[in-house]
Amino acid sequence: MSDLVKRVEWTPLLFSVGLGCLLLPLFLALPFGNSPMVAGEMIQQAAQGVQGAVVDSVGAANLVTSVVLAYRGLDTLGELAILFAAATGAGMVLQSGSAALHQNTKMHKHIDSEINLGELFDSAATMLTPLLLLVGVYIILHGHLTPGGGFQGGVVVAVALFLPSWARNGGGQLSHKVISRIEGGAGASFIVIGLVALWQGDPFLTPWLAQGELGELFSAGTLPLLYLMVGLKVGAELAALLKYLAIDEQVQS
Amino acid sequence: MTLIALLLVLVMVVAAVTALLSRSHLTAVVSTSLLSLALTLLFVLLKAPDVAMTEGVVGAGLGSLILAMALSRLALNRGED
Repeated sequence: MSDLVKRVEWTPLLFSVGLGCLLLPLFLALPFGNSPMVAGEMIQQAAQGVQGAVVDSVGAANLVTSVVLAYRGLDTLGELAILFAAATGAGMVLQSGSAALHQNTKMHKHIDSEINLGELFDSAATMLTPLLLLVGVYIILHGHLTPGGGFQGGVVVAVALFLPSWARNGGGQLSHKVISRIEGGAGASFIVIGLVALWQGDPFLTPWLAQGELGELFSAGTLPLLYLMVGLKVGAELAALLKYLAIDEQVQS
Repeated sequence: MTLIALLLVLVMVVAAVTALLSRSHLTAVVSTSLLSLALTLLFVLLKAPDVAMTEGVVGAGLGSLILAMALSRLALNRGED
């Protein structure tokens, strides 16, 4: 019996050490702070060889970003609108369903007590949240330099914000008012950045700040700002959606 | 490289068939997640990091999370069928 207890206690330790060994080489290999971050040599060569002007005219090291936010910026705005409509629709359906759920609160409480997410999930959520937040913010802020950007990073941030409250069966640590303010503000800022370009006489959403050096963190004009807004908006939207989906939503609202 | 790609495609096919044929909803969700994961690796192999990131985050991560939460909200996550 004591053998079994010992094994149960050793397993998470073994797992943690293994995870640490796995993450350490990755962490050591990360080029933190090396200023010219130019990912994807093949893409860069292709960009300079075929479309020479692309990198110069926008100044984003990640060519995909210069397409997504500068050349096809309006498409991205439409994409944001689609995501907004989908999240709002799902939220409305889930919210109107929560009134019916209210009557079944007892049943759901019963289910909740049966679903025990467990110590492992709880601890993992606590440990993973800061890491996930860091990764998400990194992906958002380096969207114009390395693969990734506002959409991917926003999803990571949303899950990171939601995970701890979900692990504790709460689902209610995120304030709806704050989330909707962030979402609305980010969406409005995206459009305002585009309108400033219009006011300067350029087409809508043309990058207008100083381009800086290719590969620097502060480069590519307004593209990082736009991606930051996209990241905030996507993160807030999906965090709200996940919160609606959490099973004991009705306690909060 | 080709061998790994073939292996990944095989994993994807098996996961997709499992998702279609499995009687448990949870197994189906896990199989779709596995499919997305294999697709992510395939995208990495094909040197499309942006798409791989999106597929990994949205397909393998958030999509499965939303499906699993929908299952738990509909109380379908424990039954055999």
